[in-house]
Amino acid sequence: MPSKSTNKSAIQYLGLVLFAIALLIFTAMLGLDNYKFTESQLIAPFAPAEGETVYWKQEAATFHQAHLKIAAEETGLLTETMRSTFAAEKKLKETYSIAQARVKEFYETEGLPQDVDEEGNPKTNEDGTPVTAQIWQVELPSWKLESERTGWIKNAATGPVSDNPWLFFLLTFGLGALGGLLYIIPKFTAKPGIKNDHIFHNPLTRGLDLSWRSLFLTFTTVGILVYGFYYMDDKLFWPAVTGVIALVIIALVLFAHNSFGRDARDAGPEGLSGWLGILAGTYFIGFYVLLYWASHHIVAWVAMVSPLSEGVYQFFSGKESGGEASQWFLYGLMYTTIMIVMGIRMISKYRHNKYQIIRTISVMFFQLAFAFMIPEILVALNKPWYDFKNIWPLDYDFFFSWSIDGFLNTPGSLGLFMLGWGIFLIIVGVPLMVHLVGKRWYCSWVCGCGGLAETMGDPWRQLSDKSLRAWKFERYIIHGVLVAAIVMTGMTLYTYFTGTGELFGIQTGGIQKWYGFLIGAGFAGVVGTGFYPLMGNRVWCRFGCPLAAYLGLVQRFQSRFRITTNGSQCISCGNCSTHCEMGIDVRHYAQRGQDIVRASCVGCGVCAAVCPRGVLRLENSSEDVATRAETERVIHISEEGGVSLMG
Amino acid sequence: MHVAIIGNGIAGVTAARWLRKLDDAVRITLISAETEFHFSRTALMYSYMGHMRWEDLMPYEPFFWEKNRIDLVKNYVEKVHEKDNKLEFADGKTMLYDNLIIACGSQWNKFGWPGQDLDRVGGMVSAQDLQYLEEITDEIKTAVVVGGGLIGIELAEMLHSRQIPVKLLIREASYWNNALPPEESRMVSRHIRSHHIDLRENTELDTIHDDGNGAAGSITTKDGEKIDCQFVGLTAGVSPNVSFLKSSEGIELGRGVKVDNHLRTSVSNIYAIGDCAEARTPRPGRRPIEAIWYTGRMMGETVAYNILGRSIEYDPGIWFNSAKFMDIEYQVYGEVPAKGRDGLATLYWEHEDGEHAVRINYEESDGTVKGFNLMGIRYRHEVCEKWIKEGTHVEQVLQNLGLANFDPEFYKQYEADVVDLYNQQTGKALELKTRRGLSAALRFLRKAVST
Repeated sequence: MPSKSTNKSAIQYLGLVLFAIALLIFTAMLGLDNYKFTESQLIAPFAPAEGETVYWKQEAATFHQAHLKIAAEETGLLTETMRSTFAAEKKLKETYSIAQARVKEFYETEGLPQDVDEEGNPKTNEDGTPVTAQIWQVELPSWKLESERTGWIKNAATGPVSDNPWLFFLLTFGLGALGGLLYIIPKFTAKPGIKNDHIFHNPLTRGLDLSWRSLFLTFTTVGILVYGFYYMDDKLFWPAVTGVIALVIIALVLFAHNSFGRDARDAGPEGLSGWLGILAGTYFIGFYVLLYWASHHIVAWVAMVSPLSEGVYQFFSGKESGGEASQWFLYGLMYTTIMIVMGIRMISKYRHNKYQIIRTISVMFFQLAFAFMIPEILVALNKPWYDFKNIWPLDYDFFFSWSIDGFLNTPGSLGLFMLGWGIFLIIVGVPLMVHLVGKRWYCSWVCGCGGLAETMGDPWRQLSDKSLRAWKFERYIIHGVLVAAIVMTGMTLYTYFTGTGELFGIQTGGIQKWYGFLIGAGFAGVVGTGFYPLMGNRVWCRFGCPLAAYLGLVQRFQSRFRITTNGSQCISCGNCSTHCEMGIDVRHYAQRGQDIVRASCVGCGVCAAVCPRGVLRLENSSEDVATRAETERVIHISEEGGVSLMG
Repeated sequence: MHVAIIGNGIAGVTAARWLRKLDDAVRITLISAETEFHFSRTALMYSYMGHMRWEDLMPYEPFFWEKNRIDLVKNYVEKVHEKDNKLEFADGKTMLYDNLIIACGSQWNKFGWPGQDLDRVGGMVSAQDLQYLEEITDEIKTAVVVGGGLIGIELAEMLHSRQIPVKLLIREASYWNNALPPEESRMVSRHIRSHHIDLRENTELDTIHDDGNGAAGSITTKDGEKIDCQFVGLTAGVSPNVSFLKSSEGIELGRGVKVDNHLRTSVSNIYAIGDCAEARTPRPGRRPIEAIWYTGRMMGETVAYNILGRSIEYDPGIWFNSAKFMDIEYQVYGEVPAKGRDGLATLYWEHEDGEHAVRINYEESDGTVKGFNLMGIRYRHEVCEKWIKEGTHVEQVLQNLGLANFDPEFYKQYEADVVDLYNQQTGKALELKTRRGLSAALRFLRKAVST
């Protein structure tokens, strides 16, 4: 019977079912455990610092603990069993606010304690009045609730997941990977060749039309900005600045670049026929929101991978305990597992193409070794967590004071080497390598973000927007992020060297926090990966990554890399453009016989792979690039010379 | 000046683009009854197979036409009043022109088979053909495709992608052997079968039978075999789509619209280009009608010059073409006759996997290289063309064969194997001097410009 899907074997269907079960368990397990708090857990984070000699600090700490205990008894936090993380969070918040209010009230009515000097003698002003502590030094701070919340809830968990972490690990990671492989491995039996049948028939990979896509994008962006208001402690400044910049860019593209009123080529499917992709996108977006901003709701996932984290830590450190997982271990493990399973899929899909195979193995290797294993081992050996292939400004906190101090305070020369290596990559590694082979050496051979896009994201590469309008947005946004990263890092270094936390009235801490929130989490994670099924697999790399912007500038102006077009063989079919994950309209150049030099090209080589006429080739040479990349070079019928292939 | 162009295929669109490039003032109207916007006809199959959306087949965004002031008219030209410089449309409207370009393309052949006008019988040339096939696909349990050319294999691949069993009937002894040399032709035949498409060689269609409801239900071959099928694809070539011109007596027709070397028809302000143009005096070695993407494009460019009074002859240069037979890419440069020719020597190397081959043709007498035929391997158009144009000796070519290689990075390079084969056959001891690489290729090409 005619069918709009690829032929699948029974084993492949079994794989899909197993994967679906694993996903279901993975999702449902967040609601399986109960949460029961104990007094010692609750007050532990508020113990006075070891060796604290200032009397009023000791007093305040004891006082905090006491009030938390009383409040907990009143709210029933220590006696009731909470059935969900939401209930647990609510009760914690209630308890904490009661204690917080009482502490504040006490100091307000009783007065603030007098400060003491290093010898313990009371401090006084010149006129003899006592120097008192500040209220923020003695109150119960709100940030402490946020920073302790995840730990509290994690430790309070009881139930099937906490009791059987390995079982759940096998039922989710294990079963999911098994299901994926059962689906993927049989593909190796098919004949090698281009495997794009039905990608635009499949509700998972066919994408959205422009209006639905805009809706998702608007809701997500506005949602992030509104949440950002609360994230920045109810301060409107940064969300407002961001909103204004966004409006300026929209206005520039629509009006200064005349995109307004121009018909866009809406190639999307009708309505919600891409429903499975919408579900997937929503799931990814939800996952990233929880991961970055609500990790207390995913403690079950973290608990599940904790034994593995501890095992790795204890194996390499030789210690008997320690190495509990954080959500970042969970994320790293998921990332790596998905990249390996989907990397195998990528290899099966392009196994007629050696460039794709080698490239895919490369990103799988760099993720497994450099991004995941080596940093974990470093930490076990009491060294700074360091990903040797991550480069500023993608690695935006590389120059943060805690990071630099971490390098400098590492005993031996390793820390210094890390710092030097990071700087070397920025100043020498990037320009040199991009000059020689193009930005692809990083973006589609080494980078973790690129690696995920090329493996897990490959089924959605065709959804990138190829319109001229999208290209205009891209250039403003990605270079805007690069500028933001430079400004933020400049202020960071200024503060580091001068000790001044403020420049032109803007606080370094504030801009760091906002950059981390908006770009590091919101753009790179929620939008960058969450939008794979909605806007293609390189949303972050194309519109947001400041390192890609830097690599791209070098590639555009100072590189040997280009995609050459083969004489006049192009038939304008559009496969190259359709499957370009960066949204480059490759066909525009190919049909003009023009070599392609574009800042955004990550050199994945898929355009050359899907070309049915052998028109495109990724090449490195600076010969004649100016003439070949600048002008239309299709067969010219010139008045003098007749047919000529030379432009 | 107002130039009207009938047909928005690659020929018509190229003409429109070059008219605008060369002259800012000329008024251009692009007329099509098929689609609002230009699309790549060669990519029809990818839309059906789900590799691309219909909109992805359009090389230009909708705003392109307005920006370049090319007026689009979706209408059917019923008659050309060549004496009045007037077009008459199906809805009764008319349009005056100063110059007319006929670029109306071709349609699929019907050779008078009984049943050829039944439902569920169709070719694959126009947007409507694609739409029709999409509409009836759910009714097709098995299909028969008749004709072993480029469209035949594409249509078979399309149906196959929808998991419809396909029988591909070809008159010849192996696939497209009137264009491909025997080894390559047999390679493609093997490849088609390896994809589980039932290739029936030496088989011709006799009759298409009605299923009782006015649609195709089965066929019989000339050998009397009856094959059940719910779709019959007719892909036995195409012919110029010129029946609407029959009443315009001033425009001389043959199989297509007769044109001179400047692509001008028998009416001085009417030109014809692309699939529908028939050269009165084709160049040596070329056919009067060449229904090919590339010639359509070259004619479009040429006609723009001629209409603007910059007279140049149409010269398609050294022959080239390309295609993809399921997974095997095919490129040809220069002279590669299917049956060879006296005095033309051939060096044919085939990989042991039977899906990669290189053929180099050269004059037996003086060794000048004449043509290249590539299967599953990509060669540089410009390099091959330069070798042919300059009459380079085959041994010179072989020693520098790497200059031509256009396969992706890390692909195995077979040039040394080809040289070895030549050495074996001739007792020579040539060595491959140049390997794959852009810098060397560009230096080689640049030398051509200076000489």
